[in-house]
Amino acid sequence: MRKTWRTGGIVEVGLPSWIYVPALAGALFILAPLLAILLKIDWAQFISLITSESSLAAMALSLKTATASTVVCVLVGAPMALVLARGNFPGLRALRALVLLPLVLPPVVGGIALLYTFGRQGLLGHQLDVLGIQIAFSTTAVVLAQSFVSLPFLVISLEGALRSAGSGYDHIAATLGARPTTVLRTVTLPLVLPGLISGAVLAFARSLGEFGATLTFAGSLQGVTRTLPLEIYLQRETDADAAVALSLLLIVVAALIVIASASRRLTGPL
Amino acid sequence: MSGVRVQTGLDQRGVEFDLNLDDGEVLAVLGPNGAGKSTLLLLIAGLLRPDRGRIEVGGTVVTDTRTGTSVPPHARGVAMLSQQAMLFPHLSVIANVAYAPRCQGQSRSAARTIAQRWLEAVDASHLADRRPGQLSGGQSQRVAIARALAAEPRLLLLDEPMSALDVTAAPALRRLLRKILRTERRTAIIVTHDLIDALAVADKVAVVENGRVVEHGPVRGVLSAPRSGFAARIAGINLIPGAISGPGVIRTPWGADISGIGALDPGVAAIALFRPGAVAVHLDPPHASPRNVIAVTIAELDMHGIGVRVRGADQPDGGTGLAADITAASAADLDLEPGKTVYFVVKAQEVELHPALSAAT
Repeated sequence: MRKTWRTGGIVEVGLPSWIYVPALAGALFILAPLLAILLKIDWAQFISLITSESSLAAMALSLKTATASTVVCVLVGAPMALVLARGNFPGLRALRALVLLPLVLPPVVGGIALLYTFGRQGLLGHQLDVLGIQIAFSTTAVVLAQSFVSLPFLVISLEGALRSAGSGYDHIAATLGARPTTVLRTVTLPLVLPGLISGAVLAFARSLGEFGATLTFAGSLQGVTRTLPLEIYLQRETDADAAVALSLLLIVVAALIVIASASRRLTGPL
Repeated sequence: MSGVRVQTGLDQRGVEFDLNLDDGEVLAVLGPNGAGKSTLLLLIAGLLRPDRGRIEVGGTVVTDTRTGTSVPPHARGVAMLSQQAMLFPHLSVIANVAYAPRCQGQSRSAARTIAQRWLEAVDASHLADRRPGQLSGGQSQRVAIARALAAEPRLLLLDEPMSALDVTAAPALRRLLRKILRTERRTAIIVTHDLIDALAVADKVAVVENGRVVEHGPVRGVLSAPRSGFAARIAGINLIPGAISGPGVIRTPWGADISGIGALDPGVAAIALFRPGAVAVHLDPPHASPRNVIAVTIAELDMHGIGVRVRGADQPDGGTGLAADITAASAADLDLEPGKTVYFVVKAQEVELHPALSAAT
């Protein structure tokens, strides 16, 4: 009897057949809830549900704040990644661990921490108050909350890219007469651009989904601080169909981001 | 004459260098792996900070730990070429070569013109619009040479530029380097472990071992009368260290006497040098008096030119094993094989005695 012969290729020796069972269970665990949402959607009402006034306001606010916090992350995160990857001073390792803390911190805790920093009673709140600046429960607070939780994603992604790029090209550029800023602009950053982009995409996605820190630090005011995830949570109480429809919207955005960053990773030099 | 003066140390890498090079000279730095050759280049380029010392390039002090002087790498006028061409992958070939002129403030079009000229000089004009990823190793290294020269450096540092190339690409690049370094009288330091590179392009040789320059001088001098084990090995000369025990006799640390030619004072640390071709190989010790007889255990047999090189096991002090060149016929007659003990016989007239290097002992 003839067995079917698969096409030629590497024989995997470290992959026992039973491993496919738990792997498949894991994949189902992730895919089933997504399928459940798709099945639950009221397609007839879909368009009207996601174009209601409050939904549109939440969507616009989410896009606006997530974009703003991504810009903040790039502006301060890229220098942080450079210092962490290339810097050399005592305490760098400890600093790195602390800076990446928001990655593992529950977002609610982050929100409380922000409140006690920028809130009226907070560490800097009084000084800001004197200057006439009130941050808590404003759109600025949403951007700060999102930046706080997203920053480590950009820093880690870019720092990894910088480390794997190494400093060999920087050295060559310097010996060819390039000043440090010129090296950064013409060699270092262009070489890690794919890492910077995927870091920014991750930060954007994380900002878009931010819930805990935003609710704690910025509250939930329609059009001011109520972003899409907050809107979904609120709608769930009153109009479950609208919540499901908006959830699908976020899933689609997330899927697009994952696909976009995956294809970047495949085509980029790093 | 300004040239290059290096007198510097870095404890973390265990190096202490003392080197001079005149303008328009090419120095080949030879030495075993891990001897600190690349560290020397990084110190001169300003990419490594020394613990102490002073480095001067073209009449300018670029490093002086006593006065706290440290000129940043981009302002040293020192270009570097490494094993890998390291062309910027996001720039075209011509943009790579135009990089240094652009850094010096040349306009886009002027930098392009300069780049084209240098690409022509290395026979790579036809590659101008390619991406570095589309070049072969030899082509990349040519472009890297053009890129380094376009910076008009006062000193060119080459870190084993040929070692990553395949054997077919290396000779052409060596010819190119010779043309560029020798005919234009450029000041350059080339780190290599290949004697051919030194012979092809260098005026002077420095041998680095364990982070120290153990030998330093004109190529011919160092290679015809090497003082260090490494130089002797690459020059293909047998070297036995010891001290003068009598007129024309050197006694090794393990108590063997070698007779040779050379008037040295008794007690002086010295070395005995002789060519492998001057050695006869016997199965039994002969009894002729004016000859040196050394018992050797064969470590390996190699084809060497048209004959056979018999390489002995390491000397008792760990020095490179002695070598003898014999004809294939006598190798067959003697039925030599690794592990067999034979007697190397060499006439005293064939052995030169020289004072040893202070640093090598």
